[in-house]
Amino acid sequence: MTASYGPTNIIKDLNFNLAEGEFLAIIGENGVGKTTLVRSLLGMLTPKAGTIKFTDHSIAKNIGYVPQSRNLDEEYPITVKDFVSLNLRDSKLPWVTANEKAKVWSIIEQTNLTKIADRPLGQASGGEKQRAYLAQALLNSPKLLILDESTASLDVEMKQELLKLVAKVQQENKMSAIFITHDLPLARNYADNYLLMTKQQEYTMGPIASLNVSESEKV
Amino acid sequence: MLSFDFMRHALVAGTFIAVICGMMGVFVIARGMSFLTHTLAEIGFAGAAFGLFMGWPALNGMLLFTVLSSAMVGELGVRSARRENVISAVSALFLGLGILFISLSDNSAASATSILFGSVIGISLGEVWQVVILSIIVILVTLLMYRQLKFDSFDSVGARVNGINGTVISIAFLIMLALSVSVAAQIVGSLLIFILLTLPAASARYFVHSVSSMIALSIGFAVAGTWLGITLGYFTNWPTSFFIATIEVIFYLSGLIWNKKR
Ligand SMILES: Nc1ncnc2c1ncn2[C@@H]1O[C@H](COP(=O)(O)OP(=O)(O)O)[C@@H](O)[C@H]1O
Ligand SMILES: [Mg+2]
Repeated sequence: MTASYGPTNIIKDLNFNLAEGEFLAIIGENGVGKTTLVRSLLGMLTPKAGTIKFTDHSIAKNIGYVPQSRNLDEEYPITVKDFVSLNLRDSKLPWVTANEKAKVWSIIEQTNLTKIADRPLGQASGGEKQRAYLAQALLNSPKLLILDESTASLDVEMKQELLKLVAKVQQENKMSAIFITHDLPLARNYADNYLLMTKQQEYTMGPIASLNVSESEKV
Repeated sequence: MLSFDFMRHALVAGTFIAVICGMMGVFVIARGMSFLTHTLAEIGFAGAAFGLFMGWPALNGMLLFTVLSSAMVGELGVRSARRENVISAVSALFLGLGILFISLSDNSAASATSILFGSVIGISLGEVWQVVILSIIVILVTLLMYRQLKFDSFDSVGARVNGINGTVISIAFLIMLALSVSVAAQIVGSLLIFILLTLPAASARYFVHSVSSMIALSIGFAVAGTWLGITLGYFTNWPTSFFIATIEVIFYLSGLIWNKKR
């Protein structure tokens, strides 16, 4: 596929597959079009050329996406639980039904947020915030989960913790996952395959173990 | 005091106004639109003055101006309207227009005072009905789009990637805000609109941390202030707006102190 915001192509002739249950790491410098690729997958941007095919149509409609930038400051008032609940969409009722409450709570448990569920999200740590974003994205049981540089602002330990959680949830929920990062060691530890994108619009992919040093220097 | 028609009218209208302001205020603050609310109030002032000049009820002129301007703003406009100098320019223009229309109409001084500072005590039965019906519209529309409005207001990035159309929400919300501003001006006047539209919600944020309880508490603060204000106004003959302002500021300060203590 090829994608662009105007005359210049941001992504050119990219070809890649994602298998069911696969954990794919997308790696590449800033500005190579990683987020653009995700926006195309989400249907927020129509590819200029080529197509994106999902084996099952229901996948496309239900992708859990943790976007790159959210600017929630420490004044952000609502609780972790309320923040996660924002993505409830089974009904249009102004109140939260008992079923929905149960659903929110099970995601909160799965993402280890029970202790801080009733605390304002603004006062949560960086790692807790990322877990809350993750929980919100997981709320409607997506078949594909996409994390856009979710670990960028975290310290090493927090990164490991978040990825461990993502890997666990991915197994439990039998999802595919796409994880966008600059962090090669992290990708090596958790991903099955990689997709490397470069400024020269060259794209390579393969099992993460085969990602060699010379290639990784391009990141 | 309840044996007087004008007091019953004031309390009924005041209650509805307080409810919609308390509710809308939570979203106004979450969307960072306090300043824009101010501008809308000034546009409303110009509208009321225009109504006066045309010989209409002030509320009709206000509705015309505020609803038209908010419908025209749209998403792009909201973003650029947040810039302070744009706001100042728009405010200046409409305040100027308001002053012009007032000076062009008869009995200008008295009407200017009631538009700027509110005059809930003089409200007629017909006007009460108008306030009640407009308030019910605002409440119904807000309930209808509640989930999407909530998502978009408290997490616009998340709302966007989950397929919520921010432009539609923004415009619908602005029109609801225009209605609320026009209705609220009846009681506190256009100069003091933010007393009911932002202070109760800003105070509620300090005490509770879920959207639904913020709305409930914000409505509580707005209603309590309105009732107390109207009552104290009745017994002292001082302006209602003065009391409502003071009470809402007290709620706000206690929120600040409460928040510091924890
Ligand atoms: N909405 C947009 N309109 C125009 N250009 C954009 C837009 N979003 C991103 N770009 C451009 O597309 C390129 C790729 O951006 P992006 O996909 O965000 O990169 P990455 O996520 O890999 O850092 C950049 O050069 C960026 O300036
Ligand atoms: Mg990016």
